[in-house]
Amino acid sequence: MRGRTPWVVVPLAAVGVAYVALPFAALLQRAPWTSLLDEVRRPVVTDALQLSVTTALAATAFSLVIGIPLAWVLARTSIPGRSSVRALVTLPMVLPPVVGGAALLFAFGRRGLLGGPVYDTTGLLLPFSAWGVVAANTFVAMPFLVLTVESGLRAADTRYEDAAATLGASRWTIFRRVTVPNAAPSIITGALLCWARALGEFGATVTFAGNLQGRTQTMPLAVFLALESDRDAAIALSLVLIAVSLAVLVPLRDRWLAG
Amino acid sequence: MLHAVLGVHLGDLHLDIDLRIDDGEVVALLGPNGAGKTTALRAIAGLHPLDHGRITLDDTVVDDPGTGTFVPTAERSMGMVFQDHLLFPRQSALDNVAFGLRARGASKAAARHAARAWLDRFDLTDHAGALPRTLSGGQSQRVALARALATEPRLLLLDEPLAALDASTRLRVRTELRRHLATFAGARLLVTHDPLDAIVLADRLVILEAGRVTQTGTPALVTSRPASRYVAELVGINLLGGVADGERGVLLESGTVLTVADPLPGQEVSVAIRPRAIALHRHQPDGSPRNAWRATVADLEADRDRVRVTLAGPVPVTAELTPAAVAELDLAHGTPVWASVKAVDLTTYER
Repeated sequence: MRGRTPWVVVPLAAVGVAYVALPFAALLQRAPWTSLLDEVRRPVVTDALQLSVTTALAATAFSLVIGIPLAWVLARTSIPGRSSVRALVTLPMVLPPVVGGAALLFAFGRRGLLGGPVYDTTGLLLPFSAWGVVAANTFVAMPFLVLTVESGLRAADTRYEDAAATLGASRWTIFRRVTVPNAAPSIITGALLCWARALGEFGATVTFAGNLQGRTQTMPLAVFLALESDRDAAIALSLVLIAVSLAVLVPLRDRWLAG
Repeated sequence: MLHAVLGVHLGDLHLDIDLRIDDGEVVALLGPNGAGKTTALRAIAGLHPLDHGRITLDDTVVDDPGTGTFVPTAERSMGMVFQDHLLFPRQSALDNVAFGLRARGASKAAARHAARAWLDRFDLTDHAGALPRTLSGGQSQRVALARALATEPRLLLLDEPLAALDASTRLRVRTELRRHLATFAGARLLVTHDPLDAIVLADRLVILEAGRVTQTGTPALVTSRPASRYVAELVGINLLGGVADGERGVLLESGTVLTVADPLPGQEVSVAIRPRAIALHRHQPDGSPRNAWRATVADLEADRDRVRVTLAGPVPVTAELTPAAVAELDLAHGTPVWASVKAVDLTTYER
């Protein structure tokens, strides 16, 4: 569209780019490059990184197991109140995560709706454990997977499922061997988005799981804490998070961001 | 043996037909878009329930809303070839063909072993590991056919099996399909909007118009005695019988020899010519590999924007011309003309 550029758009777009780029530049400018390797090797960093990566992976795995069937129900069935179910499932996307964390406490806490009876009978407790981090991550990140997979299932050609039925496949076989493989691109995209969201999760995690180094202190929590006491460590942690996020963004770029 | 009394209401379409296909018979359901052909096929396959009627396959009732009987698609002994083949895109040709056997409980090894034999039979041995998107249109169609036949169904359904192919491969694939269809012993039903496909592939045509059957009969009967103007327009195809004379010549009953482009499929052949492929001239056309013969105009019939010209002479055919061409040639009853047709416009198949 050369020659049709509305010129007022260009400086505004430049401001947009600068607004995103400047904080990263400032972070890089303040980075303790000489001691960076030593900073990254400190236990507070490695503990947090290990916890963040594993809990985000576990949350993604849980989201896949329950999120794909949920997306299928939303995309392919006409159960009553379906749009209400969709609104409910996506609520954690727009809800302040702290509120989500509080709600999780009232449900799964020691005196929670479900957590109370479970603790009384088994002694198992979800909050303030690594599993609590996983629970908070799943709560906040699963909607990204569900919405992405749902739109993928809606766009898929259901005649492939008809073809499988004429070949004698049961509904479960069709789901497993035709529906899910055909939706693979949206499942991969959804899983990456879900994982990235889980990795950055702060509010629900700190509310529900606390901030115990080596147990529930994830990267974002460690960054927040380090900013108060140890700027160099905070910057090192931030750079690691940026590197991990970029590693997720690059495979997504072609499929999702390029549109 | 299939006996399908189909009553389906779908939007503006009211499908109401009675269809019987014996084992060994190939029936073509022919009609324009929107006539209900695909809906009929989907109803027989169990992909769309009947509103009323009854579908019986051999001695089993598979759908009868009157008694509440409905056998799901997966439990009906039917194979189906879909319009754009619908091969599973992430599975190799071999796994596509093995799919039905695995779904019916065969082990992976046994299913693949059987699938390999089917691929061999359809000249696809070298493409076993190929993904569908790397196959040509003709290969993809053979995989779809092998996949549908691998479960050894009692009924084979084909939905516009040639529609996804471009014109150049269509001719060859049509001949191949005819050969492969002949190897299947059960009942076969194919749906098409192309009269040439129907005539070449089927033993019997069923003309479907707005949800109802308007004529049924052998291709020769339907083309020579169309029951309505509509059918005449739809299947207005010239069909001639002859015997092979050498490799590329067909000797007609009148003694005239027509030259065809491809080697003949057998001794006794039928030649199909679309009316639009026949050109008329006032003088003998210049020396070319075309087939040309003397004829007389026996009848002229205006049909919307075309004129159908019936020719008497050694090759009894009907040509279709524009009104402008008719005026330019100054055609009238009894006008002597030369008729010509290119060898590539002759479709031949074994009788």
